[in-house]
Amino acid sequence: MSVQDRVIKIIADQAMIEPSDVALNDTMEDLGIDSMALVECIFALEEEFDIEVPFNANEPGKSDFDISSVTSVIAGVERLIADQSG
Amino acid sequence: MKRVVITGAGTVNALGLNVPDTLEAMREGRCGIGPLSFQDVERLSIQIGAQVHEFDETAHFNRQQLSLYDRFTQFTLIAAREALAQAGLEFSGELAARSGVVLGNSGGGMTTLDENYRSVYEDGKNRVHPFVVPKLMNNAAASHVSMEFNLKGPSFTVSTACASSNHAMSQAFQMVHGGLAPVMITGGSESMLCFGGVKAWEGLRVMSKDACRPFSANRNGMVQGEGAGVFVFEDHDHATARGAEILAEVVGFAMTSDASDIVMPSKNGAARAIAGALQDAKLNPEEVGYINAHGTGTAANDKTECAAVADVFRAHADKLMISSTKAMHGHCIGGTGAIELLACIMAVRDGVIAPTIGYEEPDPECALDVVPNVARDAKVQVALSNAFAFGGLNSVLALRRV
Repeated sequence: MSVQDRVIKIIADQAMIEPSDVALNDTMEDLGIDSMALVECIFALEEEFDIEVPFNANEPGKSDFDISSVTSVIAGVERLIADQSG
Repeated sequence: MKRVVITGAGTVNALGLNVPDTLEAMREGRCGIGPLSFQDVERLSIQIGAQVHEFDETAHFNRQQLSLYDRFTQFTLIAAREALAQAGLEFSGELAARSGVVLGNSGGGMTTLDENYRSVYEDGKNRVHPFVVPKLMNNAAASHVSMEFNLKGPSFTVSTACASSNHAMSQAFQMVHGGLAPVMITGGSESMLCFGGVKAWEGLRVMSKDACRPFSANRNGMVQGEGAGVFVFEDHDHATARGAEILAEVVGFAMTSDASDIVMPSKNGAARAIAGALQDAKLNPEEVGYINAHGTGTAANDKTECAAVADVFRAHADKLMISSTKAMHGHCIGGTGAIELLACIMAVRDGVIAPTIGYEEPDPECALDVVPNVARDAKVQVALSNAFAFGGLNSVLALRRV
């Protein structure tokens, strides 16, 4: 499975919907992911890809990790994999 | 109904190992937060906290006692000794039979758990010390206080996360107020600054990596502390009959639950607790000069708390002072309300308002007088102490100058 598909699966699990119902331009809000589900999502991404995601729930918008859409999360994960591999 | 007064206070926390040192640090706006030091700290992403340093447990307890006292119990006993020495009370006969201990605590013996899990899981040992259970149980501190001071009345531990101490003190107040007990030892303690304790909190992503800055626009989370606060709540007539020094009067309390979310606070639940305490104490909002805020330094708490205060006090909200001392002693979880009650006593007794240190940028959503960075002299007749816990459980206490 590609990084994109794996990220979408994690997001879909949190949103309790089918991966096929996740659109790339959806925001977390569109998908019904609240602040607690978002923290769980970040945790699941860290576990899935063995990465450290810089994210503080107090200022989610200010984190280096862009959570504004599904696309931005995928791009963020890909960047972290590249930065933190090896 | 009996009037309830405070005739003794004791504490151990990152600001001081007793009440005078703690109040001096609060007056000076000193910060007790610094680098954490314990095993495996390098594996944490959060490495700061308000840890109690320069604390030598062997100076206070013998080897046998230490095999039974987790750090949270040690803090409690030392604070209780200070409070009871100040109150000048000894318990025997009828007084002993009716007086008790109600303490707040959230995590129990977290360092004991941590050390023993490490020993069996990581080191692969198959045997633990025989007293692990009596050492880590949440009621250990209350029980040891009852034993050391011969308190044979109602004694138990209240566990409501960050509101544990306020709930405990509310119970103790109610018991003395209602005539059930002439004296109650109350307050609370916490010690979860260990690898497992901080690791669990880290997971929530609400901890700051650099500082606790309540109400400041650039705040980025809470910082944990540890310690204990213990008080002697006494029937006013009993206290005056024996000529005891009175630190403050406890005039009312309220408890509410949000019934909405396990971690997100509710303005309505907080406002109902504040308004309820005023009503219980038969106070007009204008009489309140100071509020010791829950003020955790998280976005969720600080905005909600300020909105709740604005709702209850309306125009007076702009005249009263509200500060969070957590920026100095950290968030001491189940013990935090007890340590914060010291700031309320200082306000009504000494006329000194502890500051909110670390304050750097005004936040329009927290536009109250938060006593930024520097303590202030002010005559205060009534002070409130707020505690709003995870799980939506709230408790507010009201103190009056005597």
